[in-house]
Amino acid sequence: MKGYLGIDIGSISTKGVVIDGDNNILAKEYLWTEGDPMGAVKRLLKALEKQLKGKDVKVVAVGTTGSARKLIGVMTNASVVKNEITAHAIGTTTIHPEVNTIFEIGGQDSKIIIIENGFVVDYAMNTLCAAGTGSFLSSQAHRLGVSVEEFGEIALTSKKPTNIAARCTVFAESDLVHKAQIGHKKEDIIAGLCKAVVTNYLNNIGKGKKINPPIVFQGGVSKNVGVKKAFEEEVGSEVVVDENGHLMGAFGVAVLAKRSGKEKPFSFDTADIEFKTRGFECGKCANHCEIICVYKEDELIDSWGNKCENGAIKTKN
Amino acid sequence: MTHREVVACFPHLANYAYAFKYIFEKGFEVKYLIPPPISKKTLEIGSKISPDYVCSPFKYSMGCYLEALDLGANCLMQIYGGCRLNYYGELNATILHDMGYKFEFFDMAAVDWKSRKSIFENFRKINPEMSVVKIGLAVPVTFKIIQTLDKFEDYIRHNVGFEVNDGEFDRTYKEFLGKLENLSGRSELKKLSKIYWKKLNAIKTDKPAKTIKVGIVGDYFTVQEPFSNYFMEKELAKFGMEVYRQMNLTCTVIHNQNKKKRKIAKKYAKYNLGATANCTVAEAIEFAKAGCAGIIQVKSFGCTPEIDAMPILQNVSRDFNIPILHFSFDSQTSETGVKTRLEAFYDMVEARNGR
Repeated sequence: MKGYLGIDIGSISTKGVVIDGDNNILAKEYLWTEGDPMGAVKRLLKALEKQLKGKDVKVVAVGTTGSARKLIGVMTNASVVKNEITAHAIGTTTIHPEVNTIFEIGGQDSKIIIIENGFVVDYAMNTLCAAGTGSFLSSQAHRLGVSVEEFGEIALTSKKPTNIAARCTVFAESDLVHKAQIGHKKEDIIAGLCKAVVTNYLNNIGKGKKINPPIVFQGGVSKNVGVKKAFEEEVGSEVVVDENGHLMGAFGVAVLAKRSGKEKPFSFDTADIEFKTRGFECGKCANHCEIICVYKEDELIDSWGNKCENGAIKTKN
Repeated sequence: MTHREVVACFPHLANYAYAFKYIFEKGFEVKYLIPPPISKKTLEIGSKISPDYVCSPFKYSMGCYLEALDLGANCLMQIYGGCRLNYYGELNATILHDMGYKFEFFDMAAVDWKSRKSIFENFRKINPEMSVVKIGLAVPVTFKIIQTLDKFEDYIRHNVGFEVNDGEFDRTYKEFLGKLENLSGRSELKKLSKIYWKKLNAIKTDKPAKTIKVGIVGDYFTVQEPFSNYFMEKELAKFGMEVYRQMNLTCTVIHNQNKKKRKIAKKYAKYNLGATANCTVAEAIEFAKAGCAGIIQVKSFGCTPEIDAMPILQNVSRDFNIPILHFSFDSQTSETGVKTRLEAFYDMVEARNGR
């Protein structure tokens, strides 16, 4: 059976799925990137290979997305390298064809995608600031001494969420400390934080957008039931969280790899091959571009980062 | 040919340095220094001596001044406009003087453009022995240079995405710019523009009958200076799109279209928003009407007039059913982020277009 592998390498987590020709998920994995995208992908491939053991699946095309999509695309000889906005939209519309709005809050980014009749018609993504994203919630959870996983459940127990000023992450933290010091209950503060994330989201990237149901909420933060509930209260309609919502980018790019029709050789042995990157500053003009070279077992296979011809580095083939 | 060793310099704005050079050398009869092309270093050294929250055009001009001073410029100049820009000249000069640099500063915001006396007195700062006749003769040629640059660049914007041999437009245009550097006068300009217009038109393109058109709007500096918008037009063209832009010196300085554009934008913006914000709205409306698949607004971070234009643009977006993407540029913008959003923008307009 033919399989299609989609990898989504985000700032915080790395996701991978293998689907078959009918978009059924055959294997899936979710793990932390830990600042080492290539290492994370190797671990990811090992895990996926294990899940596929005994099943007769041959991966014929790979798609990559997420912030390290280019690097991992080179590493895995990908057929498709797509940005995460498109990947999420394709993934979601494949599973929920009727969707009109996608909320997505990840580790460091948040985006909104507006869909009409299955086509993306508008989107926005946070720029210059990451207030109210997953890393903010996890650092606040840490500060309050609870784990991110139970954060949402605790929020649901609150009867009166505390108001938290969440325009800026650092100031939100000061406000949170202040509210705790004057005696607000922990569950109220946690519920307040969930509410603040939602307000911040709708006021920033959601501003001026036509938010119509059905709404699908995804990204790591969608696993937080407190945030989901706060969204439902704020927009006044049901917000759907898919069981595989956190994998939607990987799923979407796997679908794209399948649709591309470009089959390229791939083997899970990639996990055992040594890949290295080397960065240097090109000194040929005043731009000083940072150029990245990718090596596979000491052989240069790709490079990027140069703004002009002067910095172009030729690979052997 | 110069009467005294004045070396004048404006900060960079797109490729207009060649026009400025002409008017200063042939009109004012002083030397004009074209500062080194804007680079990462320009922005770095400029940011270092600028207030952190000032808009990036200020930082770019500071960087250009520093690089020009090092090369011997001694008469720096700054333009004026409809926003904080009017204070920039004063602040530019103060900061550089405080650092110990010695130079003359010609601040266009300080000139009362309705008073001949004021204009004359300020111009004399550049060259006390200037000849009004010579300046008068140089102005029309300067305008012609600007119009030629804008005409060529428009053509390139519409076609570069479809060139058969990569980089041909760029190379041809650069060659043309190089020839402008020591332009002798009107007849040479006429000859050159004829030759190069032919050359540009002869470049082989593979343009489909129906292309995806995208309009680009934004604040005066960011929309015109490619370095400051991360070469957005080039990136868009690489996807195979036809890029449209109205904002240039021909439309603002030579044929002042402000009134016309205010009128177009009137249904959406009754009052003056300052700087080029009304134009931004008007241009977005015109692009939407002309069948563009999407519009991109570029602005420097903290540009208040353009921020005011954003909610208005969202109304335009809704009424004309056209996506508008907003970009804010600062000295610390992540290039990856820009590319990701552009890619998604392309996927979106392409899918909409194919419907």
